[in-house]
Amino acid sequence: MQDRIDIPQIIIIIFVLIMMITAWFANISITYFINDSLIRLVMNGVLVLSLIPMLNAGVGINYGLPIGVVAGLMGMCLAVNFNIKEGLGFILSFLFSIPIAVIFGYIYSMILNRVKGKEEITATFVGFSFIYLTSLFWSIAPFNNPSMLWPIGGEGMRPTIGLKPYFEKILNNLWVIEIQKIKIPLGMLFFYFGLCIFIKFFFKTKIGIASIAVGENETFAKLSGIDIPKIRTLAIILSTVIAALGICVYSQSYGFIELYDAPLMVAFSAASAILMGGGKEGKTKVTHAVIGTYLFQTIYILSAPIANELLLPEVAEIFRNIITNGVILYAILYKNQKNSSSI
Amino acid sequence: MRFYIKTKKIALQYNNIVPIVFFFLSLAGLYFSKMDISFVVNEVIVRFIRDGVMVLSLIIPITAGMGLNFAIIIGAICAQIGLLIILDFQIGGALGLCFAIIIGVIFAIFLGTLIGISLNRATGKEMIATIIMGFLATGIYQYIFLVGYGTFLPFHNNEIILSRGVGIRSMVDLSIFRNTMDKLWQVQIGSIQIPFFMILTVFAFALVIKYITGTKLGQEIKTVGYNHEKAELLGIDVYSVRIKAIIISTVTACIGQIIFIQNIGMLNVYTAHLNSDIFSCAALLAGGASIKKAKIRHAFLGIFLFHTLFIVSPQAGQNIFSNASIGEYFRSFIAYGAIAFALMTR
Repeated sequence: MQDRIDIPQIIIIIFVLIMMITAWFANISITYFINDSLIRLVMNGVLVLSLIPMLNAGVGINYGLPIGVVAGLMGMCLAVNFNIKEGLGFILSFLFSIPIAVIFGYIYSMILNRVKGKEEITATFVGFSFIYLTSLFWSIAPFNNPSMLWPIGGEGMRPTIGLKPYFEKILNNLWVIEIQKIKIPLGMLFFYFGLCIFIKFFFKTKIGIASIAVGENETFAKLSGIDIPKIRTLAIILSTVIAALGICVYSQSYGFIELYDAPLMVAFSAASAILMGGGKEGKTKVTHAVIGTYLFQTIYILSAPIANELLLPEVAEIFRNIITNGVILYAILYKNQKNSSSI
Repeated sequence: MRFYIKTKKIALQYNNIVPIVFFFLSLAGLYFSKMDISFVVNEVIVRFIRDGVMVLSLIIPITAGMGLNFAIIIGAICAQIGLLIILDFQIGGALGLCFAIIIGVIFAIFLGTLIGISLNRATGKEMIATIIMGFLATGIYQYIFLVGYGTFLPFHNNEIILSRGVGIRSMVDLSIFRNTMDKLWQVQIGSIQIPFFMILTVFAFALVIKYITGTKLGQEIKTVGYNHEKAELLGIDVYSVRIKAIIISTVTACIGQIIFIQNIGMLNVYTAHLNSDIFSCAALLAGGASIKKAKIRHAFLGIFLFHTLFIVSPQAGQNIFSNASIGEYFRSFIAYGAIAFALMTR
């Protein structure tokens, strides 16, 4: 078994258990918790899944997640701009965002292939600067649906665009089954697990196996004749495309498109979730992402009501922050060591 | 040999291109913003004093081959802890400031050692490690002063605590320190104010950094930055040199943040330190430094170029696009973009 449970997972699981017990005493309803956790699993889970291709191809954690996110935001804005509503609007926002994500991902991969060994820090700052570059774009974007523009002046996008008239919760409310107040959003779960299976199968294909080989041992992959830059490029594009879909799923569930610098820190919570689940470079499985997202979102859901109960509402946010960054830092400090010794 | 010359030529071009771009951007911004030159000069001098030491603190880790030390944000946090403790005991004036510096520096030495030890585990990934450390430390710091102060930490000053009895206010007044240093030896030339004492302080720190690079430790830092294995062959303890480099950086950053905050005269307890790392790094890189090589002249040139652009861009955005936020997004893009560009070019 190479899949041993690590110290942070143990700590996180104990922590989640303590939170659940506290929640029990604080009278937080279980149905609320289950309903919310299922929705939040999918809402954030797709973004977490998007990290897998890059992580397995040895490019590291995609801290440049904002690039894919911006592609998805552009796709949704196009769909809203053409005033396309309901399911068709949601599907079209997928279709619009995919080509944008492919182009962005290709350019992004050219940058990351230049900086081998320093991908993560470069990706972080490429992502940050891209957010502000697109903020410039949003403030002069040539969209013309008045519900997206500032009401006064009619120029520049609003920071938050309500999706209520368009496709708010279209996936959340697809095929919902209610069993004793517990709502199971079947459509949403089908979509999520469909994507999981797609990624699983991707790593069974020739390209997928090659990419795992690159992630595990680059010298070996090179010797066996794998075109490493090509594999990396494909992985980066795939990650970017899934990230674009991820933000579409997130936004329809949240009910708003958030523009400008709202997605600035999106990469870190996703990274924390996948590391919490046990993701490792070259060895990340879909199950790691699913478990990690579920644990992370459990902390997210429970921390707010518990903090309110303690009369210190700001604590929830700070606490999540500490956990997010603590998990990432642990992974950097303790996984890095193993990697360098194994080569 | 030919190859060597060629790479050197490219390096030279790259080192010059960033300051040149910044120079022309600032010039264009200055033209379009239609701001008063003396106002801009005054502002740049103030920024030079506020950020100078902070930018200087980045130089030694770069020399040690550890890249941009985003963990200077932790040095800034130490400074704020020092100031808050002094505020808690209400020791004012120059004495209080000295105490704040001493407490801050003690924290900075301790935390700097911790950062250094951690970074020895993350060789080759120092920059991403320091940026995450910065986020983590921010979280812990906010937690301690928002929750701990008044619960598991005793408090002595009712002025700075929130009305619920737990946590420090998000904004505290530093009137007990105001004008202890800023107005010393201030000279007015026309409409430009030059606080000589503060400028000399920044120069003094530059000299200290310069002095350190000249000592035996400085030579060791350079060797470590050049090549780990060679340094080990020469009998240098690579890991301890790296720890020392980070301690020096954290302590310098701590003092830099104290200068910054006492110049403003107010302390945003939970947010004052945020972005100090990004803007300092961007300023250093704007002066022509790279992630492998940084000198004091890069820091000084960079502060002038970066902050000129920073001051004029909102007004320039307002005048060109009739939208001030465009200028703000533009300057944030330039700050992050400068770092991204430096990481991309080698």
